[in-house]
Amino acid sequence: MGVPSGKLQHSAEPARRTRGTLQSKYKLFLMALPFLVITFIFYYLPVSGWIYAFYDFIPGIPLSDTPYVGLKWFRTMVENPTQTAEVLRVLKNTVAMSSLGLVTSVFPVIFAILLTEIKAGWYRKMVQTLTTIPNFISWILVYALAFSLFSVDNGVVTHVLVQLGLVDEGFNFLASSSHIWLTMIAWYWWKSLGWGAILYLAAIAGIDQELYEAAEVDGASRFRKIWHITVPGLIPTFFVLLLLSIGNFVNNGMEQYFAFQNAMNKDTIEVLDLYVYNIAFANNFPFATAVSMLKSVVSVALLFAANTLSKVVRDESII
Amino acid sequence: MRKKLKPGDALFQGIIYMLFGVFTLSCMYPFYYLFINTISSNDLSAAGYIKFYPRDIHFDNYSKVLRISGLSHAALVSVYRTVVGTLLTVGASAFLGYLFTKKEMWGRQIWYRSIVVTMYFSAGLIPWYITMHNLHLTNNYLAYILPTIITPFNIILVKTFVEAIPPSLEESASIDGAGYLRVFWSIIVPLTTPILATITIFSAVSQWNSFIDTAFLMTDTKYFTLQFLLWRYLNESSSLAALIRNSPDMAASVQNMQTPTSVRMTVTMIVVLPILIVYPFFQRFFVKGIMIGAVKG
Repeated sequence: MGVPSGKLQHSAEPARRTRGTLQSKYKLFLMALPFLVITFIFYYLPVSGWIYAFYDFIPGIPLSDTPYVGLKWFRTMVENPTQTAEVLRVLKNTVAMSSLGLVTSVFPVIFAILLTEIKAGWYRKMVQTLTTIPNFISWILVYALAFSLFSVDNGVVTHVLVQLGLVDEGFNFLASSSHIWLTMIAWYWWKSLGWGAILYLAAIAGIDQELYEAAEVDGASRFRKIWHITVPGLIPTFFVLLLLSIGNFVNNGMEQYFAFQNAMNKDTIEVLDLYVYNIAFANNFPFATAVSMLKSVVSVALLFAANTLSKVVRDESII
Repeated sequence: MRKKLKPGDALFQGIIYMLFGVFTLSCMYPFYYLFINTISSNDLSAAGYIKFYPRDIHFDNYSKVLRISGLSHAALVSVYRTVVGTLLTVGASAFLGYLFTKKEMWGRQIWYRSIVVTMYFSAGLIPWYITMHNLHLTNNYLAYILPTIITPFNIILVKTFVEAIPPSLEESASIDGAGYLRVFWSIIVPLTTPILATITIFSAVSQWNSFIDTAFLMTDTKYFTLQFLLWRYLNESSSLAALIRNSPDMAASVQNMQTPTSVRMTVTMIVVLPILIVYPFFQRFFVKGIMIGAVKG
């Protein structure tokens, strides 16, 4: 993305085609137009709804009949102590889970490196095929699986742990709030580790084999080869993905947390996205909108910060 | 080629074989566990006796659960949105991704960026809901289809893939007088099959798994999807089991009564099965498609 190869090509274009360019310029645009309209309707038009954050809007009453309150809903976030505490709690969860995600984003790299060390091709292929499956099921399904495995009275995990004497009878993992951040990140990697490694596997396949052969001649050990050839070969991919995920720091998505939330773990599982959903369902439309608004602004700011950083550090832009 | 392993190497190999073995098992076992529980005696299953192999195999759960009113209709809705939604998404991603490789397009950079940025930024749940409501997309099948047509990530994948195709192929075609549509159809589409297959599975899976849109936009049961029903059953499966037991045409034999657990597990299995079946056919495209499409970032 964003590599300025276009300029080169333009000057090299033969003069023959310049006559057609003026027409095709708009022709191409017209062909793309229907899709641009769809993008506008479903991604940009909803932004007009941000106006609801400035009114005391109650669902069912037209906006024109509701009082304009200016920044009231934004002010409650900092002025109303209970509200501030809520927002801080949710921010803490969001930052904690996103940070855990960033820190553990080396997992797929390690997975890919170790997998390529496996000699038996059939085993490698089998691991790769089977570990990517969980990525394709929904969080609702993940929860349904978790529910079956960890259920108090007949789940197999509880059974085995009780038999081994490791937990008391009927410990309810899913309704427990302790270690919920770790549990969530564990489920996240269960679902996405195999899939996340695919990019790195591809990158490893793209590393020049001669480098390894040369290192072998020089007597490099397995770990030296990994450290001095494979790891540097993966760093560009890792960086791009890391920067992309920084832009999403405040968007954890909500399906995972929505599926796993219950009365017991609500305090520690509620990330921003889920919080917005929950207050929206409690019919506090203006406040939910205000929170979404801030969230989007922060996301875009982070994205551009990451982009600038990438330009400075690696001379490569991600958008 | 076979070299003798040093003891350190053998140990290292042993450890990584085991690590991957354990992780792979942990990825597969939940599905297997679910399956053997749905086909085993419901009493044994409810008591937690079914762990590694099925006992007293029967398929009553499936035949009974499939007859729950609304479930087969929900399956149809899910299939419908998956098929139609996927076709449109793949078509649009392929065409738009191709158009964005044309440097002569008016305002290309701006349009492209304005689509990519939407991956990071959204208006938020409420503004989205209000917009959908104003567009009359609540209780409307189109709500499942229209918003998914433009999926930024797919468009990036196609664009990057097409850029890797040697430009001479396109040029020779256009010298022969082929227009953009012609070039797209006879050159780009056949050459981009791996990435289009990848997008097909992405989009089909996300349609099949989609849940939030039903939860928000649909109140009429005739628009409910399997995924949504599963979520409801997770929360209220005991009443559901009673529903099955009490309906006259389904008088279950006493020894194999449907329990809340068996109903929940069976529905989960029904929702997960299509993915497990379709997956192997598309798996081989992933690495190829993703590799060429995204490694360049």
